[in-house]
Amino acid sequence: MTALPLILTVFVACAVEAIEALTIVLAAGLTREWRSTFQGMAAALVVLAAIVGVLGPTITLLPLTALRLVVGALLAIFGLQWLRKAILRASGYKALHDEASAYLREVAAAKAAPEVRKRGVSDWYAFTLAFKGVLLEGLEVVFIVITFGANQRNLGAAAIGAAIAVVVVAVTGVAVRAPLAKVPENALKFAVGIMLTSFGTFWGAEGAGVTWPGNDAALLVIVPLVALVSLGYTAWLRRGRPAIAAPTPATNAMTDSEEVTGR
Amino acid sequence: MMRALKSFGAFWYDFVIGDDWHVAALVVAALAVTALLTHVARVNAWWLLPLAVFAALAWSLRRATSGKN
Repeated sequence: MTALPLILTVFVACAVEAIEALTIVLAAGLTREWRSTFQGMAAALVVLAAIVGVLGPTITLLPLTALRLVVGALLAIFGLQWLRKAILRASGYKALHDEASAYLREVAAAKAAPEVRKRGVSDWYAFTLAFKGVLLEGLEVVFIVITFGANQRNLGAAAIGAAIAVVVVAVTGVAVRAPLAKVPENALKFAVGIMLTSFGTFWGAEGAGVTWPGNDAALLVIVPLVALVSLGYTAWLRRGRPAIAAPTPATNAMTDSEEVTGR
Repeated sequence: MMRALKSFGAFWYDFVIGDDWHVAALVVAALAVTALLTHVARVNAWWLLPLAVFAALAWSLRRATSGKN
């Protein structure tokens, strides 16, 4: 497999996470103060870089078969969670993810919080909000970079895909100074779920000892097949329920782990 | 200390497993059966994991939309 599909997959997955981190950083920076927000962001980036620095080289030391089995299983499970939520959103069982309303929620909470000086940081709330936002969204980026990069024995290409995504989103965010609500985030999440599930299935089965018909070319069948089945499930669920039009906290009736993982 | 450990475990559980542990259990079981078929019975069971993945997704969606999860 060439590096291009790897870079593209990591780019799209990381762009989605970067958009969500940007929403939180903008809410903290514009509502509270930028200095503490940047400090929180920088602290999170240092932690994420340390995780990549330690885990990246360590995981590539594993034998390829074991690596593919473990990473394939993790990616398939992780990808299925993305896909499950994307299908529930697309079929109207769960409110669509909306950066504009997420931003308004963060702004309301940021305005209500008191200003506390702590550990040399002038606004502890802005610091922790930016730190947690960037760290949590970044962890998914790190997971995707390490799993995809290690499996392809090309951590550099995966890191390039992630870095381009973060830079593109950051530059766009600085330019418009608003959450990137016009990006088709729900469609992107659907696509990321398909890619994670497909690669996880491919690598997991290889790690279990399977030889795919056509070797790497099997991915050209697996990815469209996962997409087709997912769209089929969406259509099947849609028949039983009309789509939710306006995403508000009240319509997000299903409890989920989105607040933790950002999926 | 125990509370911190519990929170740490809960975070990683939520991060990897998410809302429905049945999906993870089915994927792991399918991988185990695939490995057994491939190494013990010498069957190149490349078809098993995709089938398990589609079944797990359908099952999980069914559970989510019927209010069981």
